[in-house]
Amino acid sequence: MLETEFMRLALAAGAVVGVLAPAVGFFLVQRRQSLIGDGIGHVAFAGVAAGILLDVSPVLTALAAAVLGGVVIELLRSRGGTAGDQALALVFYTGIALGVVLVASAGALNVGLFQYLFGSILTITRGDLAVIAGLGAVGLATIGLLYRPLAGLVIDEEGARVAGVPISLLNVAVAALAAVTVALSMRVVGILLVAALMVLPVSAASRVAWSMRSALVLSMAIGLGSALLGLVLAYYADLPPGGTIVLVAAGAFLAALAVGTLRRR
Amino acid sequence: MPLAAELSGVAFGYRPGQPVLENVDLGLGEGEFVAVAGPNGGGKTTLVRVLLGLERPSSGKALLFGEPAHRFSGRRTLGYLAQRSQLGADAPATVREVVSAGRLASGGLIGPLRRRDRELVAEAIERVGLQAVADAPLRTLSGGMQQRAFIAKALAGEPSLLVLDEPTTGVDAESQESLAGLLDRLHRELGVTVVYVSHEFGAVERFVQRLVLVRRTIVFDGSPRELPGVWHDPSHVHARD
Repeated sequence: MLETEFMRLALAAGAVVGVLAPAVGFFLVQRRQSLIGDGIGHVAFAGVAAGILLDVSPVLTALAAAVLGGVVIELLRSRGGTAGDQALALVFYTGIALGVVLVASAGALNVGLFQYLFGSILTITRGDLAVIAGLGAVGLATIGLLYRPLAGLVIDEEGARVAGVPISLLNVAVAALAAVTVALSMRVVGILLVAALMVLPVSAASRVAWSMRSALVLSMAIGLGSALLGLVLAYYADLPPGGTIVLVAAGAFLAALAVGTLRRR
Repeated sequence: MPLAAELSGVAFGYRPGQPVLENVDLGLGEGEFVAVAGPNGGGKTTLVRVLLGLERPSSGKALLFGEPAHRFSGRRTLGYLAQRSQLGADAPATVREVVSAGRLASGGLIGPLRRRDRELVAEAIERVGLQAVADAPLRTLSGGMQQRAFIAKALAGEPSLLVLDEPTTGVDAESQESLAGLLDRLHRELGVTVVYVSHEFGAVERFVQRLVLVRRTIVFDGSPRELPGVWHDPSHVHARD
C-alpha cells in the first residue's frame, strides 16, 4: 500500500484533516453548534460551483465562500436577532440553492463536481498536500494560542461577555477556523460528510474524557485514527474513502458510548 | 456610601409597547449584600442585564461605579453567574477548568495561565470548599457543588461586583442554605458587593442587608425585616397582579 504515491499522499492529507477537523469541531460541539460545519459545507458547495463556472481553482473559491458563510452565520446569530438554527438554515439553503444554479449554469453536473461532494482523497497531488498541511498547521497553531479563551466561551459565554472578553471576535475566529477546515476537508471526505469528521470524534471523546483538555486531545486522536484506518480499509476492501473514514468515526462513537455507559454503572 | 450600580428612571422592553421595566430607580452601595426578588417574568433578569450593561435602557440611565454601564471600563471586575449555565451536561470540564475561565478577562487571552493566575484559581476553589474535587469533572458533582464551582469562577476574577441570577435553581433545600451561608461568608471576608437574584428569597433572607422586590418596577426596597408579612408568602410573591 505505501509503495504507491497516491496512498502516501492520501494518508498524509487524511492525517492533517483527521487532527484539524475535530480540533475545530470541539469548540462547536461543546457549544451545541454541531451543525455549523454542515452549514458552511453547503456554502462551500456554492464556492466550488462558482470556481467551476469562473474557471478558477474550486478549492480557493470554496475557501472564500466558506469563510464568508461562517462569518455571516455568526453575525446573523449574534447581532441580527435571528435564532442560531434559523441563521444556519438561511445560510444552509441559500448556499445549496446558489450552488445548484451556478453548477447548472456552468453545465458541470458531472464527475468533476462529485469529487467535491463525496471527496477524492486518492487524487490529491503534492501541491494539494502542501496547501492542506500549511493551512492545517496555521489552524492548529491558532487553536493552541487561543485555547483558553475558546474554552472559556464553552464554559460560560455570558459570564465572559460581562467581564469584557471580546466574544464577537472569538466567535468570528471560530467560524473562520471552521470554514478553513471545511475547505481543506472537501477533498478528503467531501462536502456532504465534512461535518461528520468535526462532530463524531468529539462526541466519542466527550463520553470517555475526564477533562476538557483530555477531551480535545482524545478527539484529535480519534479523528486521526479514523482517517488512517478508514483509508486503509478503503484501500484493501475497495470502498469509497470518505464514507469509510466517517463510518470508522461513527464506530468509534458507538464504542465510546458503550465504554462510557459501562463506566457509569 | 459610593454606589457600585445605579439605575435612574429606567424603562426597557424587548418589543415596542411591551415594557418589561418601567420607572426603575435603584442604587446599590459598594459592599452591600442585596437580594433582588419577584415573580417569574417580573423583570428581575432584565433588570440585571440592564444594570450590567448587556441591554441599553430605552429611557433613563444605568451606571456602574459612576460610568455608563454599557461602556464601563472596569468590566474585568464584574463577576456574573447567569441564570442557566451554558455548559452542556456532557461537557467534560473539571472544576479547575471552570474556575480558570474566571481569569480570562484579567489574565490575558493568549497562551497558558501565569503562576499568579493559577494561585488565584486555587484560592477561589478553596474558598468555596471544592479543593478535594478540584480535578473532578463537573458533571460528576451535585447541582449545589456545580453552582459552587461557578461562584468560584466568578471569584477568581477578583470581582468588586458579584451578580448571581437564580443561583439555586435545581438545587435542593439543604444546598440552597449552604450556598446562602457561603455567599454571606464571602461577602463578609472579601467586602464584595453581592446581588443575589431569585424568585424566592427565603434562603438568603437572614443574610442580606436589603431586599428589592421587582414587578416591572420596584415595589419594595428595604430591610427584609420591614417587609409586610403577606409578602413572605411565596404565593403572593409569585402572583403577577
